[in-house]
Amino acid sequence: MITVSTSLDERFRAAAAAEGLLDVAYDLVEDTPVGTLLVGVTDHGVCRISYDADPERELEELARMHGPRVLRSARPVDRLRRELDEYFAGRRRHFELEPDIRVVPEFNRRVLEQLARVEYGETTTYGALAASSGSPHAARAVGTVMNRNPVPIVLPCHRVIGANGKLVGYGGGLDRKVLLLRLEGAIL
Amino acid sequence: MAVAIPPFETFYERHKDEVMAFLGRRLGRERAEDAFQETFLRALRAYDRLEHGEHLRAWALTIASRIVLDDFRRRRPTGEMPELETRDARPAFEELAPLTDGLPHKERAAVVLRYGYGLSYDEIGAALGSTGSAARQAASAGVRRLRKEHA
Repeated sequence: MITVSTSLDERFRAAAAAEGLLDVAYDLVEDTPVGTLLVGVTDHGVCRISYDADPERELEELARMHGPRVLRSARPVDRLRRELDEYFAGRRRHFELEPDIRVVPEFNRRVLEQLARVEYGETTTYGALAASSGSPHAARAVGTVMNRNPVPIVLPCHRVIGANGKLVGYGGGLDRKVLLLRLEGAIL
Repeated sequence: MAVAIPPFETFYERHKDEVMAFLGRRLGRERAEDAFQETFLRALRAYDRLEHGEHLRAWALTIASRIVLDDFRRRRPTGEMPELETRDARPAFEELAPLTDGLPHKERAAVVLRYGYGLSYDEIGAALGSTGSAARQAASAGVRRLRKEHA
């Protein structure tokens, strides 16, 4: 029986992206200091970075949020892959690729836009982020927004900590938050 | 409730091997590779207009059979016969084509696709831009005509 060769498979996946037919192109970025990441990009930027991804559930979610034309394709993800490599090597402090948070609910988007202004190597608090988002009493809600951040690392929810200096929590687990803050020199 | 449309990745992984086997039997490896890519690019172009996720296997094979027919049509005027892999017991296109030369176009296409390529009537109907029952009628009209001519 004639089967689909790896090169044919890759050729199709590249052609699908090159023709601009995909709602989301995704791929795995393996062997980073925080493990394997599943990353997704649209024409508008990075729409997903996922820790410990269960691919099947992740694809369903991407299709629901962005449209059904979700396909693994390495090339569209290459730029983000390179930026992540540089970030983890300590050579990049800011991501050029924009986050695509168009489908995020309005309040969350407002908070994430403020989050994007927290610089490399700095931290802020849930309360301060709530205040700068125009909802000073919503520290707890901001915590929930951080937890649902679709693009951690690029939108740096690891830089948000408790008012008492405690790290509090992280969607990808506290170990990863510590690792990222140490990488950036924000904590010892 | 309508069956949900799966992410394209899931659809592709589920059907790619069967589509490739189908194209390989009809076109041989080299041309099957181009046809494979074209099949799934066509599917992708139409994918966000699907209304439900039912019969996606048949849908994929229908697109593939349409591409087989396009390939067949493109090559026919040159008089060059496709190099078919004939691993199954069906008569090869080479044997059928000279016999069916005298048939009207639609009957010839239906006979060749049915008996040479083993497509179902629904697939043939889709490939010819008509229906399964029209394809069945065209094929049997073609066969009757052949019987008469070769009697």
